[in-house]
Amino acid sequence: MLTRKGNIFLRYLTPVRYLNTRSASVIQTKCDTNSEKFGKNYDHMLQLITTLKQRTNKVLQGGGEKTIKKHTSKGKLLARDRINLLLDKNTAFLELSTFAAFDMYDDVINSAGIITGIGRIHGNECMIVANDATVKGGTYYPMTVKKHVRAQEIAQENKLPCIYLVDSGGANLPHQSEVFPDKQHFGRIFFNQANMSSEGIPQVAIVLGSCTAGGAYVPAMADESVIVKQQGTIFLAGPPLVKAATGEEVSAEDLGGADMHCSISGVTDHYALNDEHAIHLAREIIKNINKTPENVFNEPFETPLYNSEELYGIIDQDLTKSFDVREVIARIFDGSKLNEFKKKYGETLVCGFAKLYGKTVGVIGNNGVLFSESAVKGAHFVQLCTQRNIPIIFLQNITGFMVGKQAETGGIAKHGAKLVTAVACAKVPKITLIIGGSYGAGNYGMCGRSYSPRFLYMWPNAKISVMGGQQAAGVLSQVAIKSKKKEWIKEDIEEFERPIIKQFDKESSAYFSSARLWDDGIIDPKETRKVLGLSLAATLNSKKTNTTFGVFRM
Amino acid sequence: MVVWSAPVLWKCATSIANKRWMSQIRRIDKILIANRGEIACRVIRTARRLGVKTVAVYSDADENALHVALADEAYNIGPASASKSYLRGDTLLEVARRTNCQAVHPGYGFLSENVEFAEDCEKNGVIFIGPPASAIRDMGIKSTSKAIMSDAGVPIIEGYHGEDQNDAKLKEEARKIGYPIMIKAVRGGGGKGMRIARTEADFDEALQSARSESQKAFADSVVLLEKFVDEPRHVEVQVFGDTHGNAVYLFERDCSVQRRHQKIIEEAPAPGLSSDLRSELGLAAVRAAKAVGYVGAGTVEFILDRRTHSFHFMEMNTRLQVEHPITEMITGVDLVEWQLKVASGEVIPLKQEDIKLSGHSFEARIYAEDPRGGFLPGAGPLLYLRTPNAAEDVRIETGVRQGDEVSVHYDPMIAKLVVWGKDRGEALTKLHSKLLEYNIAGLETNVNFLLDLSKHPEFVAGNVHTNFIRDHNDSLFREETLEDSQLANAALAVVLTDEMDLLKEAIDKSDHYNPFVVESGFRVNHKFIRDIKLKHKDQEVMVKIKYGESNEYSVSTDGKVWNPIKGDLTENENGNLTLNVNYNGAVTKVNIFRNDDILAIFDQNGKYQFSFEQPSFLLEEGEQQYGTSNKAVAPMPGVIEKILVKTGDLVKKGDSIFVLIAMKMEYIVKASRDAQIESVLHQVGDNVPKDTVVVKFLEEESK
Repeated sequence: MLTRKGNIFLRYLTPVRYLNTRSASVIQTKCDTNSEKFGKNYDHMLQLITTLKQRTNKVLQGGGEKTIKKHTSKGKLLARDRINLLLDKNTAFLELSTFAAFDMYDDVINSAGIITGIGRIHGNECMIVANDATVKGGTYYPMTVKKHVRAQEIAQENKLPCIYLVDSGGANLPHQSEVFPDKQHFGRIFFNQANMSSEGIPQVAIVLGSCTAGGAYVPAMADESVIVKQQGTIFLAGPPLVKAATGEEVSAEDLGGADMHCSISGVTDHYALNDEHAIHLAREIIKNINKTPENVFNEPFETPLYNSEELYGIIDQDLTKSFDVREVIARIFDGSKLNEFKKKYGETLVCGFAKLYGKTVGVIGNNGVLFSESAVKGAHFVQLCTQRNIPIIFLQNITGFMVGKQAETGGIAKHGAKLVTAVACAKVPKITLIIGGSYGAGNYGMCGRSYSPRFLYMWPNAKISVMGGQQAAGVLSQVAIKSKKKEWIKEDIEEFERPIIKQFDKESSAYFSSARLWDDGIIDPKETRKVLGLSLAATLNSKKTNTTFGVFRM
Repeated sequence: MVVWSAPVLWKCATSIANKRWMSQIRRIDKILIANRGEIACRVIRTARRLGVKTVAVYSDADENALHVALADEAYNIGPASASKSYLRGDTLLEVARRTNCQAVHPGYGFLSENVEFAEDCEKNGVIFIGPPASAIRDMGIKSTSKAIMSDAGVPIIEGYHGEDQNDAKLKEEARKIGYPIMIKAVRGGGGKGMRIARTEADFDEALQSARSESQKAFADSVVLLEKFVDEPRHVEVQVFGDTHGNAVYLFERDCSVQRRHQKIIEEAPAPGLSSDLRSELGLAAVRAAKAVGYVGAGTVEFILDRRTHSFHFMEMNTRLQVEHPITEMITGVDLVEWQLKVASGEVIPLKQEDIKLSGHSFEARIYAEDPRGGFLPGAGPLLYLRTPNAAEDVRIETGVRQGDEVSVHYDPMIAKLVVWGKDRGEALTKLHSKLLEYNIAGLETNVNFLLDLSKHPEFVAGNVHTNFIRDHNDSLFREETLEDSQLANAALAVVLTDEMDLLKEAIDKSDHYNPFVVESGFRVNHKFIRDIKLKHKDQEVMVKIKYGESNEYSVSTDGKVWNPIKGDLTENENGNLTLNVNYNGAVTKVNIFRNDDILAIFDQNGKYQFSFEQPSFLLEEGEQQYGTSNKAVAPMPGVIEKILVKTGDLVKKGDSIFVLIAMKMEYIVKASRDAQIESVLHQVGDNVPKDTVVVKFLEEESK
């Protein structure tokens, strides 16, 4: 349980501003940790974090005690333990979309029954995709498919070798229409495997359990595959289906066991005696992929000057109240330093260069609603980053572009379009973090999901929707009043608006978003630097790609 | 320690110049060291200080040994076996001749007390640094030495070794010797056929009992009588003689604490002796030395009755002893220097009255052996060796370095740790603390035992005797239990060494600021818990360690109670690691060593060592046979030579099933599991292609 013990951020001395060129770019905090506002915000965020941790711990239970016991009693390891064993000892694991399928189905499908994330194997960042067989036998629900395909998308964009830890009963039959036919459904998994392989991104499968029907193609499409004896099976149709189809009676082991596949069919390449052995063999495979890093982190860096936990008190519990995004930047990036670009122009969008674990990044953060100047400034800055091959980090807290007569006549639409074009076309790694609201076209300009950031994360306080619940209710009630052509009293309007606000509130929450994979995970603000750093390290596996922008409407 | 400064040299030189026998001085400026290990290194050190050149010899096993590296020259003298190398006097003298050495230092052991070698040296005109051959011979024969000593008025242990085995005669002899008396079967051994008669009243019964036991065990009932000393102490006096007929003593050493009749801890002076007794012992030893015309360093061993303080001559060792450094520590004399001077014909540098006893010294012998396994000697590589720093009052006498091998061919002694203190208590405290700094991993050593021994209240009190280890067996070998803090330290050590390896690897790739390296153990929205599985002796232990913020962890040994732990590793210039740890608020420093197989931690209780469980697949993989679970198949095309099973047979995993001849080679196909034979599908003589199923097993029942 997290509690706030007194004021943990005592600053006895006001920071001295040293006047030298080295520290000139240090952001001077204006945050007063003793203020009442800070305390209230802090307690509010702490509440959210406590919920986040509690929910995470619940989700980590997978299929629950009973199925876990059944699983481990066979000598099989749990999915997360398999991953821990697969990764270089002690290294970080950037797990993605832990809350996938959260509160979406009648049954509890923790993490959508599949664990994905990035970790290091023999020094190579790899994408790990591991079925959790304790959750409904590891069968593919619609969100399972989406999460698997998303992991592959990340791997493909960032050129990360893929390791599939297969232990799944295949498609979840009751949901077959949502997992089988469409472009981004089951078939896409194998399409991705083939194409990644063609791009030279290693595809490795470890068969730790069943691999039936479509699932059989995961090891079959892999560059190299490992199977565990008397545990892993691969067949297009299992014994019951075979009996139904041809009358042939055959054991699962003879039909598709490790002995058969390693010595007769050749479907699998490596024979493992148990989980540990299989994982060991997979590590050996990765050892020999002969990959030279595209990028190394070899520059010493300074950690931020300010305690990242102060973010809890800085972020206003009321999303409509603004806060200076520089206070956030100061708690994420190296040495709390930012070289700001066009500081006095388009002040509602803060742009500048900072460093993250020694790597130069462009930072774009919202400091209010986007005006034409801010949008144009943002487009300019994106161009700078693409010219110099500098990854961009978006800190999204945006209600949208400015509306109203003055804005429209000033051409806010075309200026906003410039920013959207620049962001859409930029081929440098983009990482988006939603730290507050993400509404309307602001989401587009600030590299929302549709703009293919390599990673997108949300803070637990963040909200995402086409517009705020209050605004949406307002629009709808006005339309309703117009069409009904009768006078509504205040109570009528409130009654009409209440369910709309409630629905928006629910559907804009970080959990609602994360469950549907509109993001790659909800993160603790305190750990933002780590998550962004790990994500950046993953993106730097990809080669430099030149950017060509579309027409900028002038 | 005596510093051989210029004024002293001058003084000596003038005093020598005034004597007639000046012409007898044979200058020694180059010596051959006919030994290995720590003593060779020890001799080299003094020789170098005196400007004397050194020539080392080595066997094939010692090519990279420390003494070879330290000497000015070194020569191979043959194979590892001592009898073909270090014991080959002819080869050694050949090397001495070739290298123009004027003298040979034999060290201890090997040829140090070999009469023929001493004589051969003399014949070849090479000075043997030791006593005359005659003294070695005389002292080497027990009866002769006893007779000489008896004549010289040195008390000897009385006994009767006569042929007359008549009961009355034996009883009469016993009365002459005085009770208590020991009746020992001449053929006896291991305590069999041995009885003690405390008074004359016990004698008859004890005699009969000893005889009948001896008769049963050895088919012989001849006995001898010896004065029995209860809880005897082993006290020895260092003596030194020169070619001018002088002899002095340098006080005594107590070497009572022994295992397998070998000393492990020695001290000087012997505790609890009055100064009268001390000089009495010293004078008796000098008489002994003079009686045989002793020259050089020698040791006269006595049995001292712990209670009555009466003492008896036991034997004389005509060499520099292993434990000589403790004498050097309390007298300030460099005995090797004296040996060289006396060998070249000089007089003993100090007169008896100038030899002063100062303080107290201990020597602990560090052996590759297993104290809990009956002190059985061990051998193997010294994977990790970290020693205390040498100082005025701390000497590390060793012939090995980290990475060296303790060879099966020679003595398993790794080192001698010698300390000096103002008094016994101070010296003992130092001994204990320096032993704690003596860290060895890779092979079993007696360091932990020495630590327990040096802390034992009876030892601390100076109540030593030769049965000490046997009598205090239970309190010396207490059951070893691991405390939670030790398990916690082990878990943290594993995590931090892993982290260090990771970092080093990243540094090699210039990628050490990579977040995946920097943010080790990071997990999204939860804490990474690592299960550290270790084996301590035969017991498996599991410790859970939970990663927290910025190098803070918590550990649990039971999965319920979590205690905070944090720390860091420091690496010294030799790559040795120290873990600085704060466990539950207690800050300690422990040295650690880790490799793929073991983790050794050195804390205030000494060493405790864990081994890592090796994955089972590494063992099983090697054993994998061609037969798969339900059959035994031909691994390659060939002719079936033999079929060793028939239908219905029960076989165990690993049993041979059939033999195949292929490419003129014989292949034995073994059972991959316990099974019953369902059918045999081929006959002897059949020519079968690869993967042919030859024998089928009954399907395994599903569990």
